[in-house]
Amino acid sequence: MRSRMWKLSLYLFIVGFILNMLGIVSHVVVSSFAKRWFGGLLPPAYTTDWFAYAWKNFDLGQVLGVTLLIVVVVVFLALAIGFPAAYILARRNFRFKSVILLLYFLPLVIPQMTYGIPLATTLYRYGVGGSVVGVILAVLVPMVPLAVFVLMPFFEQISVNLEWSGSMLGASRAQIFRRILFPLMVPGILTAGVLVLVNTISNFELAFLLGGGGSQTLVVALFYNMFAGGVRPVYSIDAMAVIYMVMVMTLLLIALRFVRPTQMVFKLDK
Amino acid sequence: MRAVANDEKSEFDALAFFCLLPSLLYVLCMFVYPFLYGVYLSLQPQKVGGFSLANYLTFFSDPYQYGTIWITFSLAIPTTIVVLLLALWLAYGMRRGIFMERTVTTILIMPISLGVILLSEGILGFYGSQGWFNQVLLGLGLIKEPFILTHNYAGVMLALFMQQFPFCFLMLLGYISGIDPSLERSARMLGATPSIVFRRVMLPLIAPGLAIAFALVFVMSFAVFPSAIMLGQPAGTTRTISIAAYQKAFEQYDMSAASAIAVIMGLCQLAALLVIILFRRRLSPAATMGVGKR
Repeated sequence: MRSRMWKLSLYLFIVGFILNMLGIVSHVVVSSFAKRWFGGLLPPAYTTDWFAYAWKNFDLGQVLGVTLLIVVVVVFLALAIGFPAAYILARRNFRFKSVILLLYFLPLVIPQMTYGIPLATTLYRYGVGGSVVGVILAVLVPMVPLAVFVLMPFFEQISVNLEWSGSMLGASRAQIFRRILFPLMVPGILTAGVLVLVNTISNFELAFLLGGGGSQTLVVALFYNMFAGGVRPVYSIDAMAVIYMVMVMTLLLIALRFVRPTQMVFKLDK
Repeated sequence: MRAVANDEKSEFDALAFFCLLPSLLYVLCMFVYPFLYGVYLSLQPQKVGGFSLANYLTFFSDPYQYGTIWITFSLAIPTTIVVLLLALWLAYGMRRGIFMERTVTTILIMPISLGVILLSEGILGFYGSQGWFNQVLLGLGLIKEPFILTHNYAGVMLALFMQQFPFCFLMLLGYISGIDPSLERSARMLGATPSIVFRRVMLPLIAPGLAIAFALVFVMSFAVFPSAIMLGQPAGTTRTISIAAYQKAFEQYDMSAASAIAVIMGLCQLAALLVIILFRRRLSPAATMGVGKR
């Protein structure tokens, strides 16, 4: 009897949390289609005008272009830098390996706001702050370690024997990488790429500290327009939020074909 | 000096060096160097020439500034405790799987991937005084006055909870479902009640993971920034330490003082981590991990 109640309360909590999430999300969606909405369960009249308004007034074409550019470059660079490092860290043992692992772990556990301010100070001093390059350089700080840690277990799963047989049959190092490791690593690369992608799009702190006039990503532009609250109609801001949400949700659905939900957070058993 | 026998031979060669070099250089130049530069800069105040502790002294003599530490702690600690207890309860209940687990976990990670900005905008609407939450409660006659859950302390707590709960829950779920289920079965067979199994068998095994989860959730909550602005009173009750640092850097353009505040923020987080690590040493190590589900 008691364990029944226990299970029931568990399910009630889950249902409550899900309802709360759905409420939060659908409130934004409904509001973006509302003509006017003051109180009342639903708005009295609907319109799609706010999307056109948001597109024109928030310069969304340019913002989306910048976001896309930043995301593509970050994913590519994080994988390119992370791939060889993950290979070595998965395969070799050497003296300072644990120090290096700790060093790569830090940008993931230290909040971005804490290291973002000194990082922004440094990048502004070298003149790349407030530009697309600055945002890319800053966002890569947590993304390179993320790529390394996601790729490492995939390398560990590939048997070393394959590499040895390859080199015995006369393959060079480059050939082993290209013809053996790379094809076997495709699932790992997809997983890492998708996780970096989702995290880059929704990254706020670093993109905010480094983004200037022409280099705001979608989330940062969203924040600035909300913060300027009252200047713009709330419905148009919600329309922009819906555009962002559709983008993230699509990516999330694609992502979940490759990754388990539990892979979106750290593993504790280190 | 006696040579120490080393059974793990070093496999660090040219290939390893060149493969590690790009990522290592990146982390050193963009993470370690800015940190050191920030510490250095914080010791060179704009107004005074040369090295001085003026930035730190100014921070700790102005209640408007040092008060942010207290505000941040009073947001982060209650949130962390509530998140941890609820996540532990839910993860423990789900350790052997539940109905539609994948769908449930997918919905739970939605707040993580949607990001804090969208979450805050949604909370502003949904939990606002005109929002559905209050309308439903008023309509059911459960409350007379709407709950004020936005633009105050409660709003920031709410946003922090939504952000940190899924994260903490999934971490603990992974940890708990990795514990060997035969331990629990043996305890039950020897006559322990479910509550004794939890207290005497499972909790000691979970405790090290719980300590790390506490540290991670606390550190992340301590840096709360956008939701403190959007859902709180950034000039008053929820002026957290990261807002203070941001204002110094980008509103007053005093990078030196901003770096000092960032250093103080980092030290507070470090202090909390050290407490947890020391506490964790006293807990028993989980020797039976990795045999369970998954």
